[in-house]
Amino acid sequence: MSTAGAPLLEAEGLTLRFGAIPALEEVALSIWPGEVVAIVGESGSGKTTLLRVLSGLVRPERGTVRYHGADGAVRDVHGMAESRRRLLHRTEWGFVHQNPRDGLRMGVSAGGNVGERLMAVGARHYGSIRAEAAAWLRRVEIDPARMDEVPTRFSGGMQQRLQIARTLVTRPRLVFMDEPTGGLDVSVQARLLDMLRGLVADLDLAVLIVTHDIAAARLLAHRMLVMRHGRVVEQGLTDRVLDDPQHPYTQLLVSSVLAA
Amino acid sequence: MTIAAGYNFGYLDEATKRMIRRAILKAVAIPGHQVPFGSREMPLPYGWGTGGIQVTASVIGPDDVLKVIDQGADDTTNAVSIRRFFAKVAGVATTGRTAEATLIQTRHRIPETPLREGQILVYQVPMPEPLFRLEPRVAETQRMHALADYGLMHVKLYEDIARYGHVAISYNYPVMVNRRYLMAPSPIPAFDNPKMDRMPALQLFGAGREKRIYAVPPHTEVRSLDFEDHPFVPIRADAACSLCGSRDTYLDEIVTDDRGGRRFICSDTDWCASRREEGR
Ligand SMILES: Nc1ncnc2c1ncn2[C@@H]1O[C@H](COP(=O)(O)OP(=O)(O)O)[C@@H](O)[C@H]1O
Ligand SMILES: [Mg+2]
Repeated sequence: MSTAGAPLLEAEGLTLRFGAIPALEEVALSIWPGEVVAIVGESGSGKTTLLRVLSGLVRPERGTVRYHGADGAVRDVHGMAESRRRLLHRTEWGFVHQNPRDGLRMGVSAGGNVGERLMAVGARHYGSIRAEAAAWLRRVEIDPARMDEVPTRFSGGMQQRLQIARTLVTRPRLVFMDEPTGGLDVSVQARLLDMLRGLVADLDLAVLIVTHDIAAARLLAHRMLVMRHGRVVEQGLTDRVLDDPQHPYTQLLVSSVLAA
Repeated sequence: MTIAAGYNFGYLDEATKRMIRRAILKAVAIPGHQVPFGSREMPLPYGWGTGGIQVTASVIGPDDVLKVIDQGADDTTNAVSIRRFFAKVAGVATTGRTAEATLIQTRHRIPETPLREGQILVYQVPMPEPLFRLEPRVAETQRMHALADYGLMHVKLYEDIARYGHVAISYNYPVMVNRRYLMAPSPIPAFDNPKMDRMPALQLFGAGREKRIYAVPPHTEVRSLDFEDHPFVPIRADAACSLCGSRDTYLDEIVTDDRGGRRFICSDTDWCASRREEGR
């Protein structure tokens, strides 16, 4: 990880309300290449909304998001043509949803799920697509012998690992993850976190990961942001925030984890 | 030639024909792109080719010679009634001969006789959207076309090969038109797909119920989707026509008795008859 040079993604003044609910209020953040940033906060604090706004899926009322592309150009995520944003989503970016059903095609085989992004960017050799899909399944600890099975036959943990393989197969630079371990058993969560940590390091990924699991944030993230009622109340290096929380809400969050 | 009393030439009123012609011109200008049009009620039920009939009615002229085929044959109920309809409302000459026709309306086949410049082939289309089985949301399929985002169609081909060892689509096999738009060729056999590629005749597609017109202008590239290591193969029954002996045409299988006897004959009745005449 290096924070030298330009940030990959930079947001300023993000504000979005749903009726009276301030889902985001003046949120600013930056993420640098190879950096893992965790966004923590209680349910309803605006974490998912923030990810969706940062990745261009939802437009903010105010504020800007700028992305520094692999081609060197800096672009306004909400000002770019939809075609370019979609291209980013299947090439330089990835999005891992909390519910694997939102990120997988449940009627398509595991191999087809992993191969889709390759085909979407022009891969037209069946044998190579299949070999690449098998390699990725192995990498996320799914037996390639099961690559022709549909994900409905997989456990929750396997589905989530499949979603991760499907997302990473085109080597994105920046991955958005929304509670990737959310619905899983504790032991399954631990295994997934270990796997994610390995992949992130190997691939030198930048990751924005939403989690309400402080332990996961400690394990994965270089930096963290604490959100409450749509605002970032505290941010800093993960160890600093967790060992020496400044904001009363962060103190409460950390102590409730320690007490649990 | 005379038109039956009380009908406008070609049945449709002039304003409707102009509207449909505008849609056709746009379709020709953007090969493979589906253009919406205000489909009219026709004196035939949907499924009988109301889209094709409206396209034919809008491009037909008094000097045209019309051929209508259904599954390759000129003498089925559907083909006969559409031919009679235009003989009545446009007073045009009709023919069974592909070479003599200037305008051919078809359901489910492309004639075996190569079409030439100046001819128009009108397809009856039940479902114009090639992605509809894969993506049920119409707005999303439109976005996929707008962005040429067709990875999903390849996923379908990938799944077929993984499951069956080959692409299991024998009719309505998806094609890329002019390297830009994914298009449903209507339920013609995949065997006919190569005939669409760089065809000298103009190809027009009309979908009445779905209210869409699309087109392939003459000499336009039409490629059947495939993989480099699983190239598209136009499949036909490995047999000869029992009437004309042809080994390179699309064949229909006919059950000849109740003891499992069967034989194959050309699906294109005009082609088969011409071959037999030449043979004599
Ligand atoms: N589409 C929406 N319409 C209305 N309210 C929404 C919508 N999305 C989120 N909200 C509200 O905005 C707030 C933040 O939601 P969300 O970003 O999902 O929080 P988190 O992911 O931190 O749990 C919540 O109060 C939620 O109910
Ligand atoms: Mg959420």
